Amino acid sequence: MISATQAAPGAALAAPVITDSPPAIDYWLLAPMLVVFAAGVLAVLAEAFVPRPRRRPVQLLLALGGVLAAFVLTLAQAFTLPEGEAGTTLALGAVAVDRPALFLQGTILVLAFISLLLIAERHGGEDAFAAQAAAVPGSEEEREHVLAGSEHTEVYPLVLFAVLGMLLFPAANDFLTLFVALEVMSLPLYLLCGIARRRRLFSQEAAVKYFLLGAFSSAFFLFGIALVYGYAGSVNFARVDEAVQAGGAEIFQGGNGEPLLLLGIGLVAVGLLFKVGAVPFHNWKPDVYQGAPTPITALMASCTLVAAFGALLRVFFTAFGGSVESWRPMLWVVAILTMVVAAIVAVTQRDIKRLLAYSSVVHAGFVLTAVVAADSAGLAGAMFYLAAYGFTTIGAFAVVTLVRTHENGAEAGDLEQWAGLGRTSPVLAGALSLFLLAFAGIPLTSGFIGKFAVFEAALAAGAAPLVVVGVLSSAVTAFFYVRIIVLMYFSEPAEKGGPRVVPAGLLTGSVISIGVAATFLLGVYPTPVLDHLIPAPGGGTDAEVAATADGFTR
Amino acid sequence: MAVSMTDSLLAADAQPAVTAPAEGAVLGNAWLLIALPLIGAAVLLIGGKRTDAWGHWLATALPLASFAWAVLALVQLLGMDAHHRSVGVDVYTWFSSGDLEVGASLLIDPLSISFVLLITGVGSLIHIYSVGYMAHDERRRRFFAYLNLFVAAMLVLVLADNFVLLFLGWEGVGLASYLLIGFWQHKPSAAVAAKKAFLVNRVGDLGLLIAIMLMFSTFGTVAFSGVLGGLDGAGQGVLTAIGLLLLLGACGKSAQLPLQSWLLDAMEGPTPVSALIHAATMVTAGVYLIVRAGPIFEAAPAAQLAVAIVGAATLLAGAVIGCAKDDIKKALAGSTMSQIGYMTLAAGLGPAGYAVAIAHLITHGFFKAGLFLGAGSVMHGMNDEVDMRRYGALRRYMPITFATFGLGYLAIIGFPLLSGWWTKEGIIEAAFGAGGLTGQLLGTAALVGAALTAFYMTRVMIMTFFGEKRWHDGVHPHESPASMTGPMVVLAVGSVFLGAALVFGYRFAHFLEPAVGAPPEHHEFSLAAMFTAPSALAALALMVGGVALAWFMYGRRPVPVTAPAGNFITAAARNELYGNEINEGLLMRPGQVVTEALVAIDTHVVNGAVNGVADSVRDGSARMRRAQTGFARTYALTMLFGAAIVVATLAVRI
Repeated sequence: MISATQAAPGAALAAPVITDSPPAIDYWLLAPMLVVFAAGVLAVLAEAFVPRPRRRPVQLLLALGGVLAAFVLTLAQAFTLPEGEAGTTLALGAVAVDRPALFLQGTILVLAFISLLLIAERHGGEDAFAAQAAAVPGSEEEREHVLAGSEHTEVYPLVLFAVLGMLLFPAANDFLTLFVALEVMSLPLYLLCGIARRRRLFSQEAAVKYFLLGAFSSAFFLFGIALVYGYAGSVNFARVDEAVQAGGAEIFQGGNGEPLLLLGIGLVAVGLLFKVGAVPFHNWKPDVYQGAPTPITALMASCTLVAAFGALLRVFFTAFGGSVESWRPMLWVVAILTMVVAAIVAVTQRDIKRLLAYSSVVHAGFVLTAVVAADSAGLAGAMFYLAAYGFTTIGAFAVVTLVRTHENGAEAGDLEQWAGLGRTSPVLAGALSLFLLAFAGIPLTSGFIGKFAVFEAALAAGAAPLVVVGVLSSAVTAFFYVRIIVLMYFSEPAEKGGPRVVPAGLLTGSVISIGVAATFLLGVYPTPVLDHLIPAPGGGTDAEVAATADGFTR
Repeated sequence: MAVSMTDSLLAADAQPAVTAPAEGAVLGNAWLLIALPLIGAAVLLIGGKRTDAWGHWLATALPLASFAWAVLALVQLLGMDAHHRSVGVDVYTWFSSGDLEVGASLLIDPLSISFVLLITGVGSLIHIYSVGYMAHDERRRRFFAYLNLFVAAMLVLVLADNFVLLFLGWEGVGLASYLLIGFWQHKPSAAVAAKKAFLVNRVGDLGLLIAIMLMFSTFGTVAFSGVLGGLDGAGQGVLTAIGLLLLLGACGKSAQLPLQSWLLDAMEGPTPVSALIHAATMVTAGVYLIVRAGPIFEAAPAAQLAVAIVGAATLLAGAVIGCAKDDIKKALAGSTMSQIGYMTLAAGLGPAGYAVAIAHLITHGFFKAGLFLGAGSVMHGMNDEVDMRRYGALRRYMPITFATFGLGYLAIIGFPLLSGWWTKEGIIEAAFGAGGLTGQLLGTAALVGAALTAFYMTRVMIMTFFGEKRWHDGVHPHESPASMTGPMVVLAVGSVFLGAALVFGYRFAHFLEPAVGAPPEHHEFSLAAMFTAPSALAALALMVGGVALAWFMYGRRPVPVTAPAGNFITAAARNELYGNEINEGLLMRPGQVVTEALVAIDTHVVNGAVNGVADSVRDGSARMRRAQTGFARTYALTMLFGAAIVVATLAVRI
């Protein structure tokens, strides 16, 4: 499967030159992304040519089928990856196919599949998206479309393109590909955020904010790339790494290029930290998570976070791996700010989606402690954490879609309206309680194992103060998670009859069930996943061991 | 390989066998032993009313399957070399990280497999009995679910290879016991009894828990092999403390002085529960714990002596209580206390006593379960009457119950050649064998206990089955159905022959040796010595004396329907030797004072501090929230500010 020339990209690709003949590309290794891309293109065509009544089933088939096929291909690649080999790069070193990439891509595909189930769910014939996004909110035109039962099946191709970007993001092995992936991932999400069926102005506001701030951060990111290119003379991660080890590209020999590199690292970091939502680049998260249609929030909170952290890990471990001592203090500061500020601000939140958004920020802080460790244990801990958190958070947002302000009303954001849920819908409240306990990191849930893994990695890397801050902010977050549980089980309902709950359909029901099962299984029996993530203490020469130390190909 | 073989052969006499990983399908899948009854409990509890029709059959079949699996495991174990009969089964690793591995593994050795066979064997019989006994109870499904839960938890307790897993099982059986004592919750007395058992057991459990913590801090591990193999590294003080705390745990679970008071009240539970949990299995867990942790007690002679003294005191106290109770189940409960006292006494004698303690535990499991099932059968026929003064002359109406109960009776009083005689003789002999004044005192206590046993059991026998009818009007005693008498017959057979099978040729003791160590003085088994030893003759004489006295007091005179006033000893015995009053005065009242003081401290000091922190977090939160203005321009400014921080923290390096 993996050709010899590509397995050793070092010499052959030292200076990529434009030639007349196209580079040889191993399409098998690109197949998962290509399948998702093809499904997206076909979905656009379906939008154009399939008659309206039949569009939804066709779109669903394409979206779910595409994601599933891509997952199967990813699994096949993971199993055919030779033992003891990190992996390979392809397309002139632009894309890496290695264990971390495959694990993260597989995780993204599974989580995207579950999110798609949630996106496809309809309650009373209505899905979560505007009947006609182009109509002015509150206008006569909008009412006509609602009455006519219009719906935007464009959602599915948009999600597929976003997923394509997410798949490429953690696998991108040079900065330009990384940037393209970032935009491919983000642009559909901006759109998706703005087309909620209810509270449309709110949703549009969120989309515009997300877009503006996203563009702002992209500018930082792109400028950072330019500086790094100036320093290293290449955008390829492996070349950048070599340059960092050597103290800069040839023009800097004898001079001091470090400020250029540090500024470049800093600005690239801004772009990536914005995507993961670390403090102080987190402001968009509560507003966007609250305004976006909840199924899209679920997709962002799980898949986007996995993809963004995947990219962050690869960039900092491979491209900037040589200057770890430079960026570690910076990540210390960001991680501490993230864990402390988000945990404290979350305490006074009254809206469940905002609360979950802040919770997602705190969790990003926990994962950052593992990035600080900058070793294989940190990578494994971070990846486990992301997978575990993804399942749990989709489940939690799925529960959010079911609790309403009144019959056929909008989702009940205000926590007051959740009081007494434990009595009226014990199963739903029980599931949400499990998710919240997992967020809080209570043993026998996946959250505990995840926290244990990242904190242990940070501790082993000498970041004890960071772990202390992490444990303390866990305690603060546990306070507001438990408060919700108390509210659901021990508070009198705000209105007579308790919270209004729409019955979970087959799709939402399975999303919540999968969330519960994964949260519980990864908490009780995490060993198979953890064993897969932690590279076996290898045989072979020192060089081989070093090459596969953290599982990233270089 | 050959060298290591010889080494282990030489060393095995004194040391526990080296544990090897399990091989083969039977031992490798030993977790099934626990999983089967656990599945039963889960199916019955989750399945709800749908399982009403067949649930009890499933719940009966699963422990039977466990028993069959255990027999297969025993066969495999017997097929191994004696010194290799210790098999570790890794069931599950929760997570491992560096040196720390958190998970569960089981230990199958002669000691644990003996318990497994007792629990699943007697347990299955009692499940069968319950099918008849609980036939008319509308909550029968729940009863069987709890019984299965109990069997699973008890198996966890005895199969654990470390103290933490043991503790999990320990708490599990406590929970099942609580649920089953209070099973008839409509009776206030049952609810109170359940609560009392729960609370008293907490005291013991706390002791065990602290002991485990002490072990972890001293040895860095809680595995049996690690703790018991690393005793050299610990000081005498720590070992004594661990030993005494383990003893406290054992006292709670096994109803030994001073934590005995819950057992008599626990008789509020359905009779099969009394038979299984409060006679045959759970209450013997303390003895298991002491024997399992034997090396600790051998290294801490003071704690070991305390074990023997507690055992001796309880065997007398239980017997005295048994002499005065008119409630048939409470009389038997006093007897259980007393018999477990014998086992504890033996367990406190070190390697000389371990094998006899476990042997008596197993025969007791049979004859006492048989006696309880017999009592249940009598109650079944007497409209749930428990007062023996309202019984009488039942032998003609319930012949099978009479015969099986009678055989159990002969076994427990130590009638020669029946099960109880073989194993009790062993304990008395071992007690005298301890030597010195201690040995004389312990042995004498055991002998006096034998006389008392003969007295109170004869009293129970006469008041129930002999004399004239003292029934209430409208009572029509009848023999119980076959599902009840069947298990009674099987247990009666065990009461007759099991002792001989175990003790003859010290077969069982030799079987246990790899797990519990060999007695220091080796002597050959001799049947003649069992009859002619001075202690044996004395025991025989005292037994005959006890029976004769009971016959004189209850057989020759009519038994009054209301209990006579009696002297102060009788009054004390009827009041369970004032155990409740002592608890109340020593523990409850001072406990209330401490609680009130703690509540005051909590309200004023702790809450103040906690609320202060919480308030300041909330204030900070409210202030920081204002940064979230909702304006994209503010957010962008924050990001710019953040970028500056990021670059600044990187620039520190330059």
